[in-house]
Order: sequence, then structure tokens, then C-alpha cells
Amino acid sequence: MAFIIRRRESIILGAAAAAMAMGRAANAQSEIPKADVPAPKLPIEKGATLRLLRPARFVEPDEVIFRANSAKFAKETGVEVKVDFVGWEDIRQQTAVSANTGAGPDIVLGWAEDPHIYADKVVELSDVAEYLGKKYGGWMFLGEKFGKKAKTNNWIGLPMGGTGGPLVYRVSALKEAGYDKVPTTLPDLLKLCQQLQKIKKPAGFALGNAVGDANGFANWMLWAHGGSLVDEDGKVTINSKETVNALNYVKELYPTFIPGTMSWNDISNNRAYASNELFFTANGVSMYFALKNDPATKAIADDTEHALLTQGVASSTPMSATVLNAMVFKHSKFPNAAKAYLAFMMEAEQYDPWLTGCLGYWSHPLNAYDKSKVWSSDPKIAIYRSTMNNRFWSGYKGPITQAAGTVAAEYILVQMFASVAAGQATPADAAKEAERRTRRYYR
Amino acid sequence: MTVATMTDWNRTRIQQGWLARLFDNKAFLIFMCLLPAVGLLTVFLTYPLGLGIWLSFTDTKIGRTGNWIGFENFEYLLEDPQFWTAVFYSVFYTAVATFGKFALGLWLALLLNRHLPMKNLLRAIILLPWIVPTVLSALAFWWIYDPQFSIISYLATDVVGIREKPFDFLSTTWPARWSLIAANIWRGIPFVAISLLAGLQTISPSLYEAALLDGSTAWQRFRYITFPLLLPILAIVMTFSIIFTFTDFQLVYAITRGGPINSTHLMATLAFQRGIAGGELGEGAAIAVAMIPFLVFATLFSYFALARRKWQQGEASD
Repeated sequence: MAFIIRRRESIILGAAAAAMAMGRAANAQSEIPKADVPAPKLPIEKGATLRLLRPARFVEPDEVIFRANSAKFAKETGVEVKVDFVGWEDIRQQTAVSANTGAGPDIVLGWAEDPHIYADKVVELSDVAEYLGKKYGGWMFLGEKFGKKAKTNNWIGLPMGGTGGPLVYRVSALKEAGYDKVPTTLPDLLKLCQQLQKIKKPAGFALGNAVGDANGFANWMLWAHGGSLVDEDGKVTINSKETVNALNYVKELYPTFIPGTMSWNDISNNRAYASNELFFTANGVSMYFALKNDPATKAIADDTEHALLTQGVASSTPMSATVLNAMVFKHSKFPNAAKAYLAFMMEAEQYDPWLTGCLGYWSHPLNAYDKSKVWSSDPKIAIYRSTMNNRFWSGYKGPITQAAGTVAAEYILVQMFASVAAGQATPADAAKEAERRTRRYYR
Repeated sequence: MTVATMTDWNRTRIQQGWLARLFDNKAFLIFMCLLPAVGLLTVFLTYPLGLGIWLSFTDTKIGRTGNWIGFENFEYLLEDPQFWTAVFYSVFYTAVATFGKFALGLWLALLLNRHLPMKNLLRAIILLPWIVPTVLSALAFWWIYDPQFSIISYLATDVVGIREKPFDFLSTTWPARWSLIAANIWRGIPFVAISLLAGLQTISPSLYEAALLDGSTAWQRFRYITFPLLLPILAIVMTFSIIFTFTDFQLVYAITRGGPINSTHLMATLAFQRGIAGGELGEGAAIAVAMIPFLVFATLFSYFALARRKWQQGEASD
């Protein structure tokens, strides 16, 4: 649901054409390092045609370049690919129907855990994934995490990109509060937010039913205090002293926020930031581009910087990514064509223009694309480059299952934090309630 | 000879085809005439309802067929504070919003029943909130209630200057609940007003004239003529209104999505949240099934408490 809003947020980007031009230019310029690796032998079936289902575009070039790449594949191999774009909130259900009925699209670009839910119904993609990994400098952490079946080396999904939400802030507001950059410890972060509130340039993070932003904030707080939803085997560990610490921290942090964050959805912080009411938040790269490409808000963009989420006790920045994960269904009559298509789409000639056209919204999962021109086109977005190298994922530290998706969709962690921040529950009670709800799905 | 011939003559009975004979069969004809209606009801009403009830006894998830687990879903819901919050708010929302809609709707209907200039135009305008698709009006209210960009907050803080901070419509429990009820009342008034207006116009003016001759006050005329004669249609409209309000989904989902912290979930939105967004179809279905007793009760209440008058069955009034 949040995803629609994300899309809407990006409609204001309005710079589709400019981005496309940028995409074409990057195609000519980017020097993506490639190793000399033979492509896997995938004899394309005779008379093959493919149907693909993917989430709707979030900026125009996302769709235009994707279609152009598919048309290029048809021209080179003779395999027509019919691409259907569906709403972000509908694709999961359509994937489920397709998986259960054994009919419908050959390929689905679904969300992170989807191939793992249908692990017995999807074609193994190890040959394609290993080839791409060798050719393009290896898969990044989240690429491998969401690609491989748990505890094996078998690839069942092919992550094509992921979007994360690091800190976005106004440099001038931080300066006024007495900071040059975002502090690296949690107590200092609290002090910064208190200071920002004092100078009436407040921080704000979603605590409402915002699938992307609010879950991002809740996970950050939990992970930065060393907590986790479940352990490596999927045993629920949310009711811990680390969680209680995180809850106590948010209880202190919340009063410094701009009013109304309890009712925020995914678009709210973008709007408040764009209207000079919010000065410190977390978001995907799209917000910065929206500001930059609109003359009315260009000044805000010039004053904007990005920073990694404050680490706390975590060993790296406690951020995950919303991963776009491709899968090929066993019911496809043309699995080789499907695999060849996915490999083709991930090759630099096709992938780099797409990555660039999407302004880096779908951060790349393969190391070599670090060199893509999109990341050096604007130094302020460089931080999004390594999104797929984050060491955290939705449902950390557990295996990738449907339950993790349900916990996020049910806002279990968000509501745990929100209930404490609103003073409706004690930290101990909130952690216990979250444990009760989480257990229901991890059984 | 001639006579004999004539009596001998018999009109040849046309041998009817089996199809025609079949259609002459009364039982068959009834069956055939009912078939389209029964078919539609079965396919679009009975089957989904049955499927929903069946799902509520399974642990079906999106993407996985479930196993029969008996009452497990319901047992879990009984211990689930969120479910009880949703039950409480559904009942509260329905009760308060229905009361508000009827109080204001009846008032509006009485006003519109008078001879006003441009009566028809006024009546058409009144219907607007009802005609506008709910999602659109919900989006409008979403903006009106926005924590940062509310027009009401803007007027109060920047234009009139009576407040320092913007209003908190949606980010704490009770303000959010009342805000949604206000939106629902706004949307529901036209339906009630126009329906009751239709009822008012069936009341014969001679009754009022007679009452006036007897020297009645305005309140007496309302209490002893208008209200009792309006009661049958009031009962019907109230039944509909209660059902619509109790099963409301769009307003709540578009404005708060059940937040803050689940305090504004209605049973319908909670069922959707759990079943579709959360993927737990079985549990969502169980919540939806749990709405049925409430709806049956509300319907029976309206009928028996308000509409069961002897004169409605054609007997003399008490």
C-alpha cells in the first residue's frame, strides 16, 4: 500500500525526460568492469515467448527503459516478451495465484521473500546468478541473501535491485543546532534532535501505518540497540532487554519529533520536508530528486545531505532494503528463454541505462555497478550506492520467510514503538505484546 | 348425413413438442424462472459467504492452501486485544455515527420539507456528499485532518491566530476516532435526509390541519403526528444505515488505515489488514465472520424495536 504512495511521491519527480536523457548519456559513459566469463549455455526453446509481471514504474524511465531492453532482447533472440505492470500492492497476490494455479506469467519480478515462499515452484537460477556474479564483481550482501535458498548455495531468486532509506537532512538546520554532520552515537543523536526541536526545525520519523518509512525507522531503532525480531532459526527473540532499551530510547526521542508522526504514511515526511516544516528524516533517494528537479524546491535540495542511519551497537548501518526479486516459475514452458532474458537484463548494456534512468532508486545488487555514472552524477546520492551491501534484512536474523513479510505488513514493530512513544504501554508490555503477535506468524 | 358428418368432425389436436409440454409444467416453469436469480445469488452471494466461513476455520495464507483448524482462529481472536479494540470501535462508531446522522438528517429533512425558494436545487445539493465516491471524500478529509497541512489548523494558527500548534486530528486515539466519526456523519446525512424527506411527504397535510384546529403546539405535532408516521421508514433507513456504517471500510482505510496504533480499526478494516495486507486469509475471514452476529443483531433490533407495530400489519393501532 505504501508503495502506491511511493509511486505518487515520485510522480512529482517530473524529471522523467531529463532522467532518460541521463540514462542514455550514462550508457555511453559508464565503464562497468566485466570479467571475461563464458555465458551459461541456455539453448532457447523453439517458438518461445515470455510473459513477465512486474511492479508498476515509479518513474517513467523505469518502464520505458525496461520495455526498450525487453524489445532489444526480442530483436536479438526472436523471443517476444510481454511485460505487464501491476500495482505494487497487487503483485504479491497475483504471484500467489500464479504459483498456485500453475498458470500465468513465466517470470515475476516480485518482492524480497516471494521466491522463498514458492521455493518448490520456481526454477533454480544458480547458473545465471553465478555467471553474473563472476562477470560483475560478485553479488552484494542482500543480493546473495535474497537470491539463495536458506542455508544452501542454490539460487531461487535473482535480485535486480533494492531501495533503502538512509537519513536525509538540512545542512543549515544541523549547523544552526551546532552540528557539522550527523552524530554517530545514539545519545548524541537524541541530543541533536532535542536541539533541532529547540530551534524549531524539528526531526520526524514515521510511526504510523507506513509500510516503508515506519518499518524502516522501527527496524533501525531495534537493530541499533542490538535487538532482533527472531534468531537464526526463526525463534522469536523480540522480547529482550535490547528491545526494551530501544523502546526507552524512542520514548525519549519521540517528543522531539514534529507533531503528527503517529499518523504519518509513506508520503507524509516527503511533503513536510518539501514545505520547510521537517528538517531531519529518513527516505529513499526519490525525495531528493523530487526536490532537486522542481525549481520551487531546488533551494531545499541544495541544502540537503544524506547520511547513514546511526549505528548504535550494530556492527554496520542498521538498514535493510526493499528488494526487487525476479523468479522463473516451473510452469513456464520456456525456462531457458526466461533465464536468458534475466541474464540479458542484468548485463551492463541493458542494466546500466535502467539503473541510471531510475536515478539509483533500485540500487544495484552486483558490485561492478558501483562504477555506474549514476552514482557519481551527484555526490549527494553516493550513499545509496551501497544499499544492497547492508547487513540487515526484514526479519533479521531469521531465515527469509513469509512471516517476516507479515510482521512488516502488520506493523508489529512499528506499533510496538508507537505504543510506548504514545505512553499507552510500558516498554516491557509493548515488547511482550510484539512477541505474542510475532509468535503467531513464526509458528 | 350432414349432421353426422359434423359431429364426427374433430379438430385435429396439434401434437405438442416435448419442449412445449415441459414448459407447460408448472413446477418446471417456476424452477426455470427462478433459476437466473438463484444462480446469481449462489454464485455471487452464497458461494463467497460460504467460502469466507470455511476459510475462517482454516489457516489459509495467501499463496498457501490451509488446513482445517476448527475454532483456532476464533480462540486466538478472543485473546487478541486488537480484535477487541476493533469490536469496541466498530460498535462505538456505528452507534455514535448513526445517532449523529439521524439527528442531523431528520433535522435537515424537516427543514427541506418546508416551502423554501429553490427547493429542488437545494435538495440536489444536499445529496452531493452521498454522490461523491467515498474514496474521494475520504481523501479530502485526509487532507483536512493532515497533521501538517490541515486547512483547519492553517486557519486557526496562521489566519485567525487563536492557536500556536496545529490541531492533532489523527495522531492520538480519541481525536482520531472522533474525526472519523465526523467524516462518516458528513457522508451519511444526505442518505438519511432524503429518505426521511420522502417519508415526510407521504404524511397527509390534513392531519396537521386537524391538529392545528385542536390548538396543538409545534412539538406536539412533531411528537404525535410526524414521528409515529415516520417510524416505518425510519426503521428501514436505520437498518440500512447501521449496516452501512458497521461495515464501513473506505473512510477509515483511506484516512487512518486503522492507526494510530490500531485504535481506529473497524472490524472490516482489520479483516482486510490481516487477510490481504498481512496475508493471513484464514484469520481475516474469521474477523469478517465475527461481524455477522453483530449485523444480524442490529437488523433484528431495528425491525423489532422500531417497526413492529400492529397497524403495519393492517390491524388497528393500540
